[in-house]
Amino acid sequence: MSSVSAAKVLAPVGTAGKLFAFGLDVCRGIFRRPFQLREFIQQAWFIASVTIVPTALVAIPFGAVIALQVGGLITQFGAQSFTGSASVLAVVREAGPIATALLVAGAGGSAIAADLGARKIREELDAMMVLGIDPIQRLVVPRVLACMLVSVFLNGLVSVVGVAGGYVFNVILQHGTPGAYLASFTALAQMSDVWQGLIKALIFGLIAAIVASYKGMNAGGGPKGVGDAVNESVVITFMLLFIVNFVMTAIYFQLVPAKTG
Amino acid sequence: MGVDIKIEGLTKSFGKQLIWGDVSLTVPAGEICVMLGPSGTGKSVLLKTLIGLLKPDRGSVVIEGVDICSCAEKDLYEIRKLFGVLFQDGAMFGSMNLYDNVAFPLREHTKKSEADIRKVVMEKMDLVGLIGAEDKLPGEISGGMRKRAGLARALVLDPEIVLFDEPDSGLDPVRTAFLNQLIVDLNAQIDATFLIVTHDINTARTVPDNIGLLYHKHLAMFGPREMLLSSEEPVVRQFLNAQRVGPIGMSEEKDADQLAAEKDMDLPPLPPIALQLDPSNGIPRRSQRPPGEWCRENGVTPPPGSFLQDSVLAGGAGA
Ligand SMILES: Nc1ncnc2c1ncn2[C@@H]1O[C@H](COP(=O)(O)OP(=O)(O)OP(=O)(O)O)[C@@H](O)[C@H]1O
Ligand SMILES: [Mg+2]
Repeated sequence: MSSVSAAKVLAPVGTAGKLFAFGLDVCRGIFRRPFQLREFIQQAWFIASVTIVPTALVAIPFGAVIALQVGGLITQFGAQSFTGSASVLAVVREAGPIATALLVAGAGGSAIAADLGARKIREELDAMMVLGIDPIQRLVVPRVLACMLVSVFLNGLVSVVGVAGGYVFNVILQHGTPGAYLASFTALAQMSDVWQGLIKALIFGLIAAIVASYKGMNAGGGPKGVGDAVNESVVITFMLLFIVNFVMTAIYFQLVPAKTG
Repeated sequence: MGVDIKIEGLTKSFGKQLIWGDVSLTVPAGEICVMLGPSGTGKSVLLKTLIGLLKPDRGSVVIEGVDICSCAEKDLYEIRKLFGVLFQDGAMFGSMNLYDNVAFPLREHTKKSEADIRKVVMEKMDLVGLIGAEDKLPGEISGGMRKRAGLARALVLDPEIVLFDEPDSGLDPVRTAFLNQLIVDLNAQIDATFLIVTHDINTARTVPDNIGLLYHKHLAMFGPREMLLSSEEPVVRQFLNAQRVGPIGMSEEKDADQLAAEKDMDLPPLPPIALQLDPSNGIPRRSQRPPGEWCRENGVTPPPGSFLQDSVLAGGAGA
């Protein structure tokens, strides 16, 4: 009895280990030739097509909310001239990567998990292995790289749209001055903020694609198994991404001193 | 010339559920073998273990001196190039049309030009009767067509070992008869080793050189066709003659009461053994043995009426 419960308690550790091993397999597969360029381009196009519109739509209210919050707060401090800078900082540092994570996991990751899961239960993956082709190299690696590429794009998109949304809100609704908003851009934000957003997006894309591929390729038990795999992959990715985001932010603050304006 | 598969002490379980234990047999090179067994006895699992898709708990599968169960991933991918496998549902790549599906192994593993590929693909499509359906997606065709397309893909690299998971389920009787003839003709042509999983009694009785029966988590019997067809062993006899009387019940095994009730029932006599299916050119295959040879050599009297010319024409009548 005790061994059964011990096995149950340790099961997540085993799963985490397998996921990690899968991640290593994928990394190895990245360097194996021939590289599947066609699959990569198709997947990048596909992931972009399912994420771009929702990302843009999410980014506008994100930027607006931040502008509202920051704008209100900063007015109370009497530091209106920093409104632009503060919302840029918030959007580029946090909102960008988080919105990207949500959409890459929710739209891109779920599509990957569903696709690979369907192939798994139709025995396509088995058939591929029997034909002497490694599905990790053939299917997973292009998806992971495509997901990373698209994440970086999305991160850029969220930053631009978010800042623009913040500008519109600040200037039109909160009667800020356009000049002050723009002029204060660089007061607090710095180039390294953009880099860290970029690196975060890359890593989020990597994690989302690996979790989705792992779950999809291990789907079992018919069509319901595919649904479960999609569901689990989205939930696990969300949790992982928020944790990783926190850790990376903490490291960033240790490494890069805040700019004093 | 095909290669043989040596299976030694193979055991497989999923979690606590034992699928089969201690399966040992040698699938002889260049011969046709059929594996039978009630639904859910792990025939598909056995096939997947033979190609290294599933790892057994114990035992070995040796092909050309390499143990599939313990060799490195790299060797496994090499060994698999010897195989042509037809999965139970065809396992066609859903995103490609039939032509690309069948061409896929050629494009991946050979340096053939598109023109050469086209020739080979069309030849195999013709073989399975799918000319005209090349542009269809797997989702748009019937299960039987998917199966035949899977067969074409399995054969495209001229494999040494061909594994079929229920080639005849979902096919109409005429297609099944054609398919059986195709299997026999292919074996005569390319001398590959064939292992076929099937439920079709007629196929099992007339096509193979050897028959195996998986039952109750073990290999109940494996041997020459005539040995199993003349066997008095209750399980083998019941299954090969599709009877209700015998140890096999609806859910795997009958309970003691049912068996006791059946004890005094007379088993119907063994039906005559039909002639083996000949290749369509009439020249016997290399691995084919003369009818009745095994029975003579082992002093077994075949059921009356066996090996008569017209029993093969009657086809399924014996089953
Ligand atoms: N990946 C798996 N994980 C857990 N159990 C499995 C798995 N694959 C098969 N099984 C179990 O193994 C048993 C045998 O399955 P298998 O598909 O080999 O049967 P089969 O003999 O091919 O039946 P059928 O004739 O209906 O195709 C079943 O009870 C099934 O539930
Ligand atoms: Mg099966």
